Amino acid sequence: MKAAAFAYARATSVVNALELLAAHGDKAKVLSGGQSLMPAMNLRLLSPDILVDIGGLAELRGIAVRGDLLAIGALTRHVDLLHSPEVALHAPLLRDAVAQVAHPAIRNRGTIGGSLAHADPASELPACVVALDATIVVRGPLGERRIAATAFFNGIYDTALAPDELLVAVEVPVAGHGSAFFFHEYARRHGDYALVGLAARAVVAGDRFAELRLGFFAVGDRPLLAAAANRLINVSVTPALLAEATTALADELDPQEDQQASPAMRRHLAAVLLRRCVAALLARPELGVTS
Amino acid sequence: MTVTRAPAGLSVLDRPNSYIGKTVPRPNLDRLLQGRGQYVSDLELPRMAHVVFLRSPYAHARIGAIDADAAKRMPGVISIVTGRELERVITPWVGVLSHLKGLKSAPQHAIAVDKVCWQGEAVAAIVATSRAAAEDAMEHIAVDYEELGAVTDMRTALDSATPVIHASLGDNLAFERTLNAGDVDHAFSESEVVEADFVFGRHTGVTLEPRAVVADWNAAEARLTIYQGTQAPHMVQNIAALHLGLKEAQVRVVCKDVGGSFGIKVHIYADEMATYALSKLLRRPVKFVADRVESFNTDIHARDHRCRGRIGVKPDGTITAFEIDDLTGIGPYSMYPRTSAIEANQVVNLVGGPYVALNYRARARVVFQNKNVMCQYRAVGHPIACSVTEGLVDLAAAKIGMDPVEIRRRNLIADDAYPCASPSGMKFEQLSHHVSLAKLLQMMDYDALRAEQAALRARNIYRGIGIASFIEVTNPSAAFYGVGGAKISSQDGVAVRLDAQGSVICQTSITEQGQGSESLTAQIVGSVLGVSMDRVRVTLGDTDNTPYGGGTWASRGAGIGGEAALQAAKVLRRNILDVAAAILQSTPAGLDIVNNSIVNAGDGAPRMELNELARIVYFRPDTLPPGIQPELMATRHFVPRQYPFAFTNGVQASWLEVDTETGFVTLLKHWVVEDCGTIINPQLVDEQIRGGVVQGLGAALFEKCIYDERGQLTNANMADYLVPMSGEMPDIEIGHVVSPTQETELGAKGAGEAGTAGAAAAVANAVNDALRPFGATITEIPLTPQVILTALGRI
Repeated sequence: MKAAAFAYARATSVVNALELLAAHGDKAKVLSGGQSLMPAMNLRLLSPDILVDIGGLAELRGIAVRGDLLAIGALTRHVDLLHSPEVALHAPLLRDAVAQVAHPAIRNRGTIGGSLAHADPASELPACVVALDATIVVRGPLGERRIAATAFFNGIYDTALAPDELLVAVEVPVAGHGSAFFFHEYARRHGDYALVGLAARAVVAGDRFAELRLGFFAVGDRPLLAAAANRLINVSVTPALLAEATTALADELDPQEDQQASPAMRRHLAAVLLRRCVAALLARPELGVTS
Repeated sequence: MTVTRAPAGLSVLDRPNSYIGKTVPRPNLDRLLQGRGQYVSDLELPRMAHVVFLRSPYAHARIGAIDADAAKRMPGVISIVTGRELERVITPWVGVLSHLKGLKSAPQHAIAVDKVCWQGEAVAAIVATSRAAAEDAMEHIAVDYEELGAVTDMRTALDSATPVIHASLGDNLAFERTLNAGDVDHAFSESEVVEADFVFGRHTGVTLEPRAVVADWNAAEARLTIYQGTQAPHMVQNIAALHLGLKEAQVRVVCKDVGGSFGIKVHIYADEMATYALSKLLRRPVKFVADRVESFNTDIHARDHRCRGRIGVKPDGTITAFEIDDLTGIGPYSMYPRTSAIEANQVVNLVGGPYVALNYRARARVVFQNKNVMCQYRAVGHPIACSVTEGLVDLAAAKIGMDPVEIRRRNLIADDAYPCASPSGMKFEQLSHHVSLAKLLQMMDYDALRAEQAALRARNIYRGIGIASFIEVTNPSAAFYGVGGAKISSQDGVAVRLDAQGSVICQTSITEQGQGSESLTAQIVGSVLGVSMDRVRVTLGDTDNTPYGGGTWASRGAGIGGEAALQAAKVLRRNILDVAAAILQSTPAGLDIVNNSIVNAGDGAPRMELNELARIVYFRPDTLPPGIQPELMATRHFVPRQYPFAFTNGVQASWLEVDTETGFVTLLKHWVVEDCGTIINPQLVDEQIRGGVVQGLGAALFEKCIYDERGQLTNANMADYLVPMSGEMPDIEIGHVVSPTQETELGAKGAGEAGTAGAAAAVANAVNDALRPFGATITEIPLTPQVILTALGRI
């Protein structure tokens, strides 16, 4: 279980990293935290000609509040998200999600940019940025592009990022008044990939949702912003309405079969998650129980 | 809390400052924690080469041409060897034993010749200057395979339409055993009869350190040194010599630290045999360390049984009969040299074992398949026998509306009924089912738990209680393997000697894989001699430097190796006191050894330190009285003769919650009461029980080797094969009952497998208890959310 031979370049700046990517095209892979890339290389599932290591680029690290936006550098590690006061205050969904990502050793190395660029449909952070309506900032030979998170994920391990582009930051709208968040996933063991997960952001006004964004993961080839949420906005949520929403949700999902769960089971668990999410956000436990 | 049921009276172990029954730190702890362990994986020798095996991607295929020309030209490559070429150095083997009547298997080669029979079987060896160079070269070998139909479903393996894997054997049946005791039909005709199909997933032992071997053929000495993480060094010596055409004296097996075994490392694997042969062929040291993927594909798998069980019960709770029909698929070969019929054989031996019922009928069939080989893994057969038995007992209780505890109280063999035998002929010296059950109920506060369960059900919270009584085979005599012709020793030996400064050097034939063999040996020797443990140095795992013996497996290290240590230490003590009496002009009976000194037996007054005695014996023997020839080294061997196995017993309970909407199970608490006889080191015993329970919980909820219909193992990695992790484990509370075996002075029985034996049964019974309001019963493990939701009709 040894990686095939590869060349290695440690980028000295973002510009230098972009030059290296331009020179090597899709024969290059960007090395960030390495928590997905290195195992794949050791299993010889991936054999890039060259690794462009961006680990030394301090300009890509750090968390800052800029106006209404929380800007998170691509190299920010999971562990930093977990302990950041800014994240806890302005985007607690990320903190709650990261606590479910793998194990401490992996969280100590893995980065938010790496996770988003890798685009595993079962991972937590892509669903979070979709639910948070975040913007992905990428830089390429022609300059900077800003891509809505909802338009960033194209499929399994597939994003809007071109081979000569580098994901440099994520911008998350800060949580406003009345904001509420819900994160939960069903995984066989702590730290495993979820069978189904849900990252949700809501604005609750009185007994209703003024806003509700539901980012499901592990239910298709990319994180899904569920349209079923719209049925629950600005209305009094009744068990019957919630049942309609869960039915609508099942139609939206296109879950894969794998060793842990059939598509039917994933649809079922997504419905349970939706009920429990709504019950928790509205503080109405009775809605969480099967009708 | 420990309940002791030993007869009163002092033994050789009841001495001042005895270490027996005390939690003392393992002597090897600092060494391991400071990173000074000596694992084979870390071993480097001059001129050492690394071997990587090209493994078959097909479950069943004919091997055509192998083109390794390009690979041979790759940098660092030393040699590329096929099965045909290696056959000239090492002979094939057949994994059968004569006491398992009718067991058959086909010749297996170190590297496949002509045909591969499972995905992962080695097809060629690439020897290079590094593992990475060998892996690079491996990608350039082209093999022509002609894929053959794969036998994957054990249920159809014997059908006439199914291909026969080994034509020379005639069919795919490896072994069949039937047993008929009492009158089952009559018993069933007078009882309520409940039946169920029990399904057990195929799983494997996942060791932290994979299998690792360095073989070093020294042509000048005509001697092979094998450094290997193994549980049985003398067995490896015997087998390597036999198949390489050497005398055993030409093979030395060295086994230092081992990163986990669990029965995985008690077998002889084809790739290890190939490594020995490659060293002989290439006349240089060759190292093989399995990587994680090939470990999943080649380390033995276990369980994978389908067992139909029936139980007869009367309205008053009397169990009248058990019946089982067990089927298991073992891969394409019976494993060498212990065979792959043992697990099914154990299931037949053990079903119904804790209970009085004398009517018992059993059939077990063992079939070949094109999957990885199966063989003995921790608690061989026990989890299956226990899950079937205890599952049936709970079903019988539910049928007649009796509490699961009450039906056990009415049917467990009485504690004063021993010695006695089971319907399958197992002899029980002294078990303690009832006192163990009583202790368990007290520890878990059974009645309060039942009340809590009822209260929570009203709030749609579904919790369950599961109980499982079990028996366990330990301290096996020659009845296990020796009588069937295997050169696997059932006896063990220990040599102890006093060195020139009064310290003790002890060599034992049992081995250490983390369970504390070294510690328990030092505790026994130190206690019997009257020497502090820091003065006792234990050597294990070297066929040149220890007595001959079996090693550590089948829960035998403490009971057999420990008794040998006790007897050897007794002799040395007597010899020391003889010399001391001569020096001190006293009598041996008038003296004792306490705290490294000779003292008066009567008043304990110190007379002479051991180092002074040693000084005189080794350097000034001229000052001893005439005619005295001191003998400060003693060796003793031990093997059980009276009972084929020292059976132990115990009972486990699980308390868990099922989320009936998601199918997820949360383990809340687990209790074990077990009786392993004399406890040498309570912490080591409890660690063994806990570790064993966790492996049983892994089987209950998580672990399964998933094969597709073409015989491809589809989850051979740590992300998809779910080992139990601490986050999902409950607190495990352990209690003991102590019924020492009278066959030894030590009185110790084994404790290594008790936890694994009953854990899955307790969990399965608890899940079914939780689901009772839904009318769902599940008799399949692992109990995944998918299985539970399906049983609940939610998906």
